[in-house]
Amino acid sequence: MVTDHAVTALAVLATILVILPLAFIFGYLLIKGASSLNLNFFIKVPVPEGELGGGMANAIAGSGVLLGIASLIGVPLGIGSGIFLAEFGRGTRLANAVRFTADVLNGVPSIVMGVTAYALIVFPRVRFLPFLGHFSALAGGVALGIMMIPTVCRSTEEMLLMVPHSIREAALGLGVPNWRSTLSITVKTASPGIITGCMLAFARVAGETAPLLFTALGNEFWSTSVNDPIAALPLQIFNYSISPYEDQHRMAWGGALVLIVLIVLAVSLVRFVTSRGVLKGNS
Amino acid sequence: MGVSIEVQNLNAWYGSNHTLQDINLNIPANHVTALIGPSGCGKSTFVRCINRMHETNPIARVTGTVRIGGLDIYADARPVEIRRRVGMVFQRPNPFPTMSIYDNVAAGLKLNGYSNRKRLDEIVERSLKNSALWDEVKDDLKKKSGASLSGGQQQRLCIARALAVDPEVLLMDEPASALDPVSTAKIEDLIFQLKSQYTIVIVTHNMQQAARVAEKTGFFLNGRMVEFDSTHKIFTNPSDKRTEDYITGRFG
Amino acid sequence: MAHRAACTLWVLGRPLVRLQWGKPGDSCEFLLVCILFFIAVTCLSQLPGSLKCVDRTVPEIRVAQSLPEPEAVHSPEHQAAAVAGHSEIRRYLLARGNSAGADRLFKVLMTLCAISIFLIVALIAYQLVDKSQMNWARSGLKFFYTAVKDPVTGQPQYWDPVNGNFSAIPFIYGTLVTSFLSLFFAVPLAVGVAVFLTEMCPGFLRAPLSFLTELLAAIPSIIYGLWALFILVPLLRQYANPVLNKTLGWTGLFGSDNPTGLGYLASGVILAIMVLPIISSLTREVMTAVPQSQREAVLALGATRWEMIRMGVLRNARIGIVGAIILGLGRALGETMAVLMVIGNTPEVHKSLLANGATMASVIANEFAEAFSDLHRSALVEIGLALFVVTIIVNIFAQLLIWAVTRGTPSRAH
Repeated sequence: MVTDHAVTALAVLATILVILPLAFIFGYLLIKGASSLNLNFFIKVPVPEGELGGGMANAIAGSGVLLGIASLIGVPLGIGSGIFLAEFGRGTRLANAVRFTADVLNGVPSIVMGVTAYALIVFPRVRFLPFLGHFSALAGGVALGIMMIPTVCRSTEEMLLMVPHSIREAALGLGVPNWRSTLSITVKTASPGIITGCMLAFARVAGETAPLLFTALGNEFWSTSVNDPIAALPLQIFNYSISPYEDQHRMAWGGALVLIVLIVLAVSLVRFVTSRGVLKGNS
Repeated sequence: MGVSIEVQNLNAWYGSNHTLQDINLNIPANHVTALIGPSGCGKSTFVRCINRMHETNPIARVTGTVRIGGLDIYADARPVEIRRRVGMVFQRPNPFPTMSIYDNVAAGLKLNGYSNRKRLDEIVERSLKNSALWDEVKDDLKKKSGASLSGGQQQRLCIARALAVDPEVLLMDEPASALDPVSTAKIEDLIFQLKSQYTIVIVTHNMQQAARVAEKTGFFLNGRMVEFDSTHKIFTNPSDKRTEDYITGRFG
Repeated sequence: MAHRAACTLWVLGRPLVRLQWGKPGDSCEFLLVCILFFIAVTCLSQLPGSLKCVDRTVPEIRVAQSLPEPEAVHSPEHQAAAVAGHSEIRRYLLARGNSAGADRLFKVLMTLCAISIFLIVALIAYQLVDKSQMNWARSGLKFFYTAVKDPVTGQPQYWDPVNGNFSAIPFIYGTLVTSFLSLFFAVPLAVGVAVFLTEMCPGFLRAPLSFLTELLAAIPSIIYGLWALFILVPLLRQYANPVLNKTLGWTGLFGSDNPTGLGYLASGVILAIMVLPIISSLTREVMTAVPQSQREAVLALGATRWEMIRMGVLRNARIGIVGAIILGLGRALGETMAVLMVIGNTPEVHKSLLANGATMASVIANEFAEAFSDLHRSALVEIGLALFVVTIIVNIFAQLLIWAVTRGTPSRAH
């Protein structure tokens, strides 16, 4: 009985020890971040080092551009391969191989993704392809987009498998072609879950910094061009946090708070949608 | 108008399981034909072969000939074309959960690219009236989801959905088995009204139901069709001993 | 030890490299690499399949037309009559094609999407191999286990971009030290949390607590880094490090020569917080997969709750828990930003856990954008390649272990 109580106590202690850093991190983010947030933070670009003021408008816009490019790559490829896995490939060798490769891709460190995007887009200089050969938002977006694919793919597959077979039969029984019934019935029925998966992937890459270090590079000025180096929120947080200026540290905390609020919102939304059940009202 | 169905030497498999063996049968147009038999006897597989739904399962296989209105559905047509002409109502009501009542009924047409709004409205109204659901749902056609209806209403919605594409044959795979008695009675009334316009094949394990709604009845046992005759004959004077045993409740 | 690890690692990566001895960038070779990769993946993917005993027999649908076709049913008049008798709807649907072409196109498109995943992974492998050629040609395998010695002092010169001497030893060392340090902290805590949440937790606390632990996984590593740099490192510097040095300094593991608070220990602690949610959620999953009957069987023998957990749950789930730990290791090996910010970034090997160091991921992040020379960049890519190969092996291994336990139970929706 003594061991029993001791083990219970240890398990409770472990849980507290795990929750503690979370409380710590959020606490500091709120305390340090909130005090440096103001209107200027959202509408101004950074000022030169050592000066006071300025904002991170360029980083927020840059993150938007990068995530837009990433979604353009990651979402269609991910959903497409998820549809393949759930609708066409069930039990086939190819499907098992794709599923497996997606898991492998999911485990590839983000820094390696950055090296790849660098080698693909920043490194080669091709005469008639002006978007190659230099640091650019495109390179960063490609790195992030590739990272989105496995998450989107696997969650799309899982959600499609949850759609009852009877719904597919109903559509096929009406003489609806397979592609139409897949897109308009199966995918549409599973769409809350699929959107959830996309949000998860989005939240994951939104905070990624490592693959952007030598692809998007960062930018002190306002830029939304796909072809130029671009600022990103996590990149800016990193640059500010390792700078020697107190004011930039303050900006870093503010940026971190904005970033975490966005991510927690996305994750909570996901939690809310999945807990309500993907296929609500389906008896 | 309904059309007749001729089935010759139909065999079907699930994997290595020979679920239908040498079925030969003529189903007359504009009649209700009931298929009875113990569960697992192949009667559901049989109707799924008539609109080529059987082959949607990757381990399923079919041989033989099925002619609907003279068209050999396995040799001369693609599944999609057949399924548009042969409507099907499944055992469990399966309305599309994300669609409104209106969209559920119009689904067969909309998803096949039909976009004439005015005609769609007419068709939805006519189909819902034909399936005796119009009065219950006409006020919230586009507001309510198909999944929000009761079980019996959902099944009538599925019938309306099948009727909207104006099929020649209507297959019903135990349409009332998941429903309460009141809903069952409504579905049976409906079948009675519909037979002037469609050839109806209904699978049921409820013999009273077969006796009530069908003019012709076929008895299936272990993947074979034992007897096919007028309902009256099957239920009063069957020629096969096994049919008699089943009708009188000695097994099954 | 380091030598042997490097060899095993490189033997696996070698076939890819061999292909590259010719001129780099040749598209034929790229195709070859893709095909080889595809074959390898297909072989590998059979492993979990065979574990799951999936029945893969998919006989095709064959439709026999043994019967002679009766004539006249298909005469044009017959069809015309049939069409004429139909309603407008029927005529519309009859005129509508069977969309067999569209169906085929759709299937091809979706299959291409799926195959693109292969191509991407093959492309990553190809780029890493191709861009690390220069350093591979120069130092080969020695990159992973030897270093040039300084002729004057006799000290090893691990990482000298100016003179072009590169060795991966300090980074492999740093990666191993920080990863195992993080597992040392995280594993007991993660298993404790998983046990608490599955076996002891009152129902109303379970959902919020598991949400909070999963929230830890959603925090980006840059925020962990920021927090570690400004909060954790000062704490370590002021309180923990002096105490460790005073009490355990005699082991040599806690030297006092680093006043910054940065280093292996700080990295290990922040990594532990980061890998914890992964390990605990997967452990929870495999523990939930243990059938209730196992628990009841042990309880029926008169066991206490702890004995029930130990014998009924942990013993049955142990392979899966090991898988979860290895998956956590995979994350720790590749983690970049948080480590980059608190490890101190010095390419040296130190016995003291309080000393500055660098990991494979952190050195790439730190130096790649401002690489001194092409050779320097190529050496960094080669470290990336090694990291890629190692994380793939670790992840595959972990997946196999987890599959072995959770197969047969329905997968959890994320």
